[in-house]
Amino acid sequence: MGWNGKTLKAMREEVDRLTEESGYYAGLKELPFKQSDPIRFEKIFSKLRGGLVHARETAKRVAASPIVEQEGELCFTLYTPEGDSIVTSTGIIIHVGTMGAAIKYMVNHNYEENPGIEPGDIFCNNDCQIGNVHPCDVHTIVPIFWAGEVVGWVGGVTHVIDTGATGPGSMTVGPVTRYDDGYQIACRKIGKNDILSQDWVIESQRSVRTTKYWLLDERTRIAGCHMIRDLVLGIISEEGVDSYRQFTREVIEEGRRGLINRVKAMTIPGKYRQVSFVDIPYRHEDVEVPPYAKVDTIMHAPSEITIHPSGQMELDFSGSSRWGWHSYNATTVSFTSGIWVMLTQTLIPNDRINDGAYFATKFDLPYGAWMNPDDIRTAHSYAWHFLVSAWSPLWRGLSRAYFARGYIEEVNAGNANTSNWLQGGGYNQYGDIHAVNSFEAAAEGMGACAVKDGLDHACAIWNPEGDMGDMEIWELAEPLVYLGRSIKPNTGGYGKYRGGCGYESLRMVWGAEDWTMFFMGNGYISSDCGLMGGYPAASGYRFEAHGTDLKERFANRLPFPQGGDARPADAGYEQVLQADVVKRDKQAITTEQIFENHDLYLNYLRGGPGFGDPLERNPKDVEKDLNGGYLLPEYAQKVYGAVFTKDERGHYQVDEVATQKRQQEIRKERLARGVPTREWMKTERERIVAKDAAVQVRHMYATSFEITPKFLEEFKEFWDLPVDWNLLEQELEMPTFGSSHRMVNKQK
Amino acid sequence: MAEYDRATIEELIDGTIDFFKLKEMLSSFKDPGRFDTYIEVLQDRVKWQDRILLPYGLHLYVVQKTDGKRMIKCDCGHEFCDANDNWKLHALVYVRDTEDRVQELYPEYLAPDPKWQVIREYYCPTCATQLEVEAVTPWYPVIHDFQPDIDGFYKEWLGRPVPDPAG
Repeated sequence: MGWNGKTLKAMREEVDRLTEESGYYAGLKELPFKQSDPIRFEKIFSKLRGGLVHARETAKRVAASPIVEQEGELCFTLYTPEGDSIVTSTGIIIHVGTMGAAIKYMVNHNYEENPGIEPGDIFCNNDCQIGNVHPCDVHTIVPIFWAGEVVGWVGGVTHVIDTGATGPGSMTVGPVTRYDDGYQIACRKIGKNDILSQDWVIESQRSVRTTKYWLLDERTRIAGCHMIRDLVLGIISEEGVDSYRQFTREVIEEGRRGLINRVKAMTIPGKYRQVSFVDIPYRHEDVEVPPYAKVDTIMHAPSEITIHPSGQMELDFSGSSRWGWHSYNATTVSFTSGIWVMLTQTLIPNDRINDGAYFATKFDLPYGAWMNPDDIRTAHSYAWHFLVSAWSPLWRGLSRAYFARGYIEEVNAGNANTSNWLQGGGYNQYGDIHAVNSFEAAAEGMGACAVKDGLDHACAIWNPEGDMGDMEIWELAEPLVYLGRSIKPNTGGYGKYRGGCGYESLRMVWGAEDWTMFFMGNGYISSDCGLMGGYPAASGYRFEAHGTDLKERFANRLPFPQGGDARPADAGYEQVLQADVVKRDKQAITTEQIFENHDLYLNYLRGGPGFGDPLERNPKDVEKDLNGGYLLPEYAQKVYGAVFTKDERGHYQVDEVATQKRQQEIRKERLARGVPTREWMKTERERIVAKDAAVQVRHMYATSFEITPKFLEEFKEFWDLPVDWNLLEQELEMPTFGSSHRMVNKQK
Repeated sequence: MAEYDRATIEELIDGTIDFFKLKEMLSSFKDPGRFDTYIEVLQDRVKWQDRILLPYGLHLYVVQKTDGKRMIKCDCGHEFCDANDNWKLHALVYVRDTEDRVQELYPEYLAPDPKWQVIREYYCPTCATQLEVEAVTPWYPVIHDFQPDIDGFYKEWLGRPVPDPAG
């Protein structure tokens, strides 16, 4: 049922073979359609792109979920019969690749024969091991037929609020295996003749907590897919099927060439190296997981970008740590596909997002690492936690290229670790079983640029259209009243240009029953470095209060916690609050905790890293930071060397001359405390030889060494370690489930 | 194709560029002549004579000496090392690996835990400028951030030879 009587599988094999043999997508060394009739070619592209964006904007009004309707967590993409993406809408464009992976899975598993592919069919997938980021991104996939053959597919995805996992919420922290991740739909036919099967509707409604949102999200996806199917059929009837087929091939090859041209225009050939980390503090009492998962460890994501003079880019993540018993594993397609989300905001800021860019890039993702698990048991419910952190350094690496090339306006020091995510569920204020995922995380601090500060509380790399959403809408969707929403000072990394600051929301549980929530962010670690002298963003912490006296305080009109928690160590909220239990600590990841009405939860959204030496920051900008509430005064002194006064109205004024003098003194202090790097390395080497580091640090290295022997060799060479030096997981005082026996992922 | 005068590029370097001008620059096609204008401005601003082959980072350059050697050099005049070497190994480092040291930078609770992560500040030994900050686990090798292929860049992308040392 493919083109010219071929099976879809045969088409897939042919495209792969031609691409491999020639180096051009589908063997297209020339682009005859584009070259001979460029206006018509562009017209088809514009119609498709405009139609996909229009379908997204229209269909999202069908949804009731604020994640979709307010935050825009949806996307539609058009594919070739083999599953290569041609054009995509705006939105969560990571799914350009993931829905393609699902289509390829159906093609490779002979869906033509069984269950059959017919006009009007509707398929569904959310299985990460097949092609997804995390189970809450549910795909609806519809074939497009023309004269009895499949001319393509359209896929639509929305981020649903709940998938029936062990804990409520779309990106639950509790799961440590695939079997905890919730409802898994593996490329299943769920409808015929454009109508959903009743057994599917019944089963899916009984499998998730947020039934109403699930139903309307599904209708959103179907509506968009059908709009796009009609659009494609209209274009084919106008242009002819042969022209459409040729267009789809050429536009992907054009996308491949487009990336190479941009690389040559914007960067410098060479090698760029960077790294990021995420803490996994699972030995804590507030992380309820099986004993084999009770492990403190660290996610390690080193990356090396090689840009060849040919313009081809290689991304090598050798040395990454092993997958683990937590909710943050990722699959290769989510890892590679998500990189395009980032690149569209920096290297390829145009609408030609398709699989061409994928074909222009070579990836090395070590088998067995957290982004390429060699075991089907892995959980993925909060894959973004690692993904976003691992991608951020790529932005920093490319920024070195932009800086060297002179395009300094494109420099970005990285992005915030996108946390915290406020999630949970129970019975809501309307008496319904419910789950929440506050997408306030869609607005965090952006990394600093080389010409200006990062945006404050306004950005999330994984969703270019991110928005914190209106408090009033969240209060309608969640049984959680706002007692404050404030800028979080000192959260953006300091620098000549500082990272954008995050913000925080203080929420009080109200009108809920049997309600639980959990925390999910970085706590012990800041996930990113700064750039060229700038500092990383602040790390995380949690605040929650249980058994409070707020009901009495409201009744008696007594003071109560409001606004922000600017100096966490001052415990300001506790000054106007009595509570049975207050948790204020660095444990920023927890599993479900019970929350009663009048309990408090602080949702702290992180800042972005800084650029350049903070001593070079314009004193007037430090003054603005002080007066705007972005910087606490003592850090203006310590980090920026600012000397200032505060008038009776609380307005700060920086003394530029005195500041300059103080900054000279700080420079002298640096020379006094700094030691030659090679001298410091001698003492650090002694620690390594003695294996002197916290167990989580040693575990991270042990898993990286095991997966990538090259990383071990380079490590030993750098530190000049004895030839027989090694660090094995078995040496560590912790469970090592999964370190030797694997239930190898045969489902690929 | 976009083109910007030297004054605009200087405003960009100095961070004084008007927001709307910057916004337009970000949204427009890139100006292929940028590299040459940029190098010209940077070369005029440094006090030394060595030829800048490539801006390497804020304050750092790959320069060509008259004998043809390529070095990484700070704009204060400090020469770190050969261009292929990691300049950080020739810098001063200050490691924040205790709670007191990290809490000089971030309020308590907002600072990383030094048992999990340390902060390394790299300074120029002459002008004491902080040139790079690493936030890494203990034991982490010093990262060699950037190894540009200068010959490939000039010959294959700019379409001209690397400048002659004598020139």
